[in-house]
Amino acid sequence: MSERVVAALTAINNAISQNKQLLTDLDAAIGDADHGINMTRGFGAALVKVNELAAASDVGMILKTVGMTLIATVGGAAGPLYGTAFLRAAKAAQGVIDVDGQTAVRMFEAAIEGIKQRGKATRGEKTMLDALEPAYEAFINGINAEKLLIECLGLACEAADKGVEYTKTIIATKGRASYLGERSRGHQDPGATSSYIMLKALADFCQSGR
Amino acid sequence: MVGIVVVSHSAKIAEGICDMAAQMARPGQKIVAAGGTDDGRIGTDAVKISEAVKAADDGSGVLIMVDLGSAIMSTELALELLNENLQIIVQIADAPIVEGAITAAVQASVGSTLAEVLAAAEEARELRKK
Repeated sequence: MSERVVAALTAINNAISQNKQLLTDLDAAIGDADHGINMTRGFGAALVKVNELAAASDVGMILKTVGMTLIATVGGAAGPLYGTAFLRAAKAAQGVIDVDGQTAVRMFEAAIEGIKQRGKATRGEKTMLDALEPAYEAFINGINAEKLLIECLGLACEAADKGVEYTKTIIATKGRASYLGERSRGHQDPGATSSYIMLKALADFCQSGR
Repeated sequence: MVGIVVVSHSAKIAEGICDMAAQMARPGQKIVAAGGTDDGRIGTDAVKISEAVKAADDGSGVLIMVDLGSAIMSTELALELLNENLQIIVQIADAPIVEGAITAAVQASVGSTLAEVLAAAEEARELRKK
């Protein structure tokens, strides 16, 4: 099995657990206060399933397992959104054992397209896309400039972090936060935040394993 | 007979609507609840919804009633999880979930087509309370 991928998912799961309260608090301000609980529950269950996979599983199989588990266990909107993202990334990683730069670009792109399609959302609506799209652009720019994968991940994180900050300045037009309209301004989006937390955990994991 | 699936964030709501609709429809009408998460929380589960669609289908198609927000996203995702033969005979109703489920179940139980059942459910939008 692609042990590095499982180890990376473990790092992501740990980061989500550590930020459970933060995600829930952010969601309490403009949503239904369940994002931290739902994400912890979903990724915890996904990791259990991934660890049950056969030793010969490729990256596609591992990510598909994560996606299907998120869909069935998260409960909130993050379930179908992140679930779709992982399923689409899984398709781009079918048969892959080691993820190279070009494969990572295809996975990232497929995941974001999945989220846009599922949520019928675009950038600027105070959603996870406000972190993920700038991150993807920074990532692909890095790859095109022939930077190391780890450097590209770092650039993606910086862009995602800025994207999270940007969500404080805009009003929500998607999801439950959109019911608040103008009152959603000033609040940081929980979905953008969980996207950043995952990217940061992945980048830190890759950095530590060099 | 066209089957009905009721998707709600709450298992109790989904089951309650199924009970109400079953009482109104002719006996034998398939009405399947897909509400809440497996561990009893409020939420929706695309895998559970896709299983409910399979259980509700006898080859005539399935109409899905949804409540709001992620129920719609989870249901759209559930359709992607189905095989193509089933996908093409499943519709999501743009209708109030209680009134729509009842009118759809009644319409389905008299042997109407999926298009007719969908139309009946969506006509429930016009049911005024005052």
